[in-house]
Amino acid sequence: MKSFARLAYPYMFWISIFIVLPMLMIVFYAFSTQGNDVLTLQFTLDNFKRFFSDPIFPMVLYRSLKIAFMTTIICLAIGYPCAYLIAQMKEKDQTMMILLITLPMWINMLVRTYAWRGILMSTDLSSEIKVLIGMVYNFLPFMIIQIYTSLAKMDKSLLFAAHDLGANKIKTFLRITLPLSIPGVIAGITLVFLPAVSSFFIPILLGGGEYVLIGNLIENYFVASGDWNFGSAISLIMAVLIMASMFLTKKLDYGNKEG
Amino acid sequence: MMLNIKNYFKELNLKHKLFSKSYIIGTLLFFYLPIVYVVMFSFNESKSLTKFTGFSLKWYDKMLNDSTMLDAIYYTVVIAVIATIVSTIVGTIAAIGLSKSKKIVKELVLQVNNLPMMNPEIVTAIGLMLFFTSFSIKTGFMTLLLSHIAFCIPYVMLSVMPRLRQLDPNLAEAALDLGATPWQALTKVIVPLITPGIIAGALIAFTMSFDDFVISFFTTGPGVTNISIYVYTMYKRINPSINALSTLIIVVITIVLILVNAIPILKEKGRKKNVQIY
Repeated sequence: MKSFARLAYPYMFWISIFIVLPMLMIVFYAFSTQGNDVLTLQFTLDNFKRFFSDPIFPMVLYRSLKIAFMTTIICLAIGYPCAYLIAQMKEKDQTMMILLITLPMWINMLVRTYAWRGILMSTDLSSEIKVLIGMVYNFLPFMIIQIYTSLAKMDKSLLFAAHDLGANKIKTFLRITLPLSIPGVIAGITLVFLPAVSSFFIPILLGGGEYVLIGNLIENYFVASGDWNFGSAISLIMAVLIMASMFLTKKLDYGNKEG
Repeated sequence: MMLNIKNYFKELNLKHKLFSKSYIIGTLLFFYLPIVYVVMFSFNESKSLTKFTGFSLKWYDKMLNDSTMLDAIYYTVVIAVIATIVSTIVGTIAAIGLSKSKKIVKELVLQVNNLPMMNPEIVTAIGLMLFFTSFSIKTGFMTLLLSHIAFCIPYVMLSVMPRLRQLDPNLAEAALDLGATPWQALTKVIVPLITPGIIAGALIAFTMSFDDFVISFFTTGPGVTNISIYVYTMYKRINPSINALSTLIIVVITIVLILVNAIPILKEKGRKKNVQIY
């Protein structure tokens, strides 16, 4: 039996090379400056100082967080009622609806975003709104499916019990359905917020290059200007921010369970 | 009076139903609008993405003569197929190994495994890019394939692990007691029982690889592009061939999904017929 445990050894070797090492490389690059080789290597905080001393970088970061936040709120506002209504349907219709919602997700994200370009081209919406539409379009299915899953798992007899005990529809929703769907909401928020913060092809395809987000900055420093050290520092700042916000969201979930 | 109240509630209920129906239909319209748009404009005669001037198949013709685009399709499919096969095998073996490992080891490996899923894709992508270039590995087909395998494995494990957790640990033990070699216990007992998880994992891996843009964009080298990278590099020019390509993808995926969903129904019908006959 124990011999089966050895099957995991090659994979441990694999993840140290393909997951751990690349992460360390980012940290390594972020804390050093260009032109260093291993012998003359010096660690420095210059990249981070540069990020926070120029107002443009924190502004882009703020803008990315803002649009990701708006995307998440809109996805939640559209997605929750949608998931709720689907969960009320007959079982057969539910499967059909989920299939219909997941179907477009099978089509390449870039292809779908490219399609919006044509539609939005003739409108005179601001780049920000165009990017927002693209993000909501791409990430809304994640939100609907997560919330739907938690609602479908719910024990329906709880609703009958609440009704029997004299609770009206609104009270039943607030006291039973909503609290039980919170894990789905949290999962949905994570699945929308995370890709929205770091997205860089949606602003390019729909914002026409005028609307720069943090992902575009990273791409720029890696592809166009080749300053990998500064690019790594930006990614590290973003990764830390995202990890922190996910940690907070999880804490919130936990606090909810306690209360 | 009584009747009035009843009618009122009936009306309310009707209104409620009407509202929920239109809400759902509205959401679906939002999801399908761009798809309809793409299909429609793939048949457009002119280059315009906003005005439909007439029916033509010229963008399909152009697509079939565009060697960069055909190369992109070829690489996307080849990478997705190889990455799916390799990551499914490696992920399944690793998951089985981990399920029998010590708890601390298991937790640690799973935590590390989660990193690419917790992190923004772009961070994973630049990490891999820095890794390849720092060790002077020439970027191209191999680095693209390795990266795809690397980000697909965690998804395979994610869908295999729950199956393994449900598995009765005594089953493998029993097989070994009854004289099976560890290899036989593995292939004849454990693997058949977790097959649904493996298939689900392989499907996720395939779609992840087929759709990937961010990681491919940073880890590929000159001359090797996939469909996503091709679309991205075309953004400045208006190229309705992309609509033709998209329509093709949409048609293929719809057919596959219909088949996948229709086969169980047809099987069920077949079984019912057989029951009726006997």
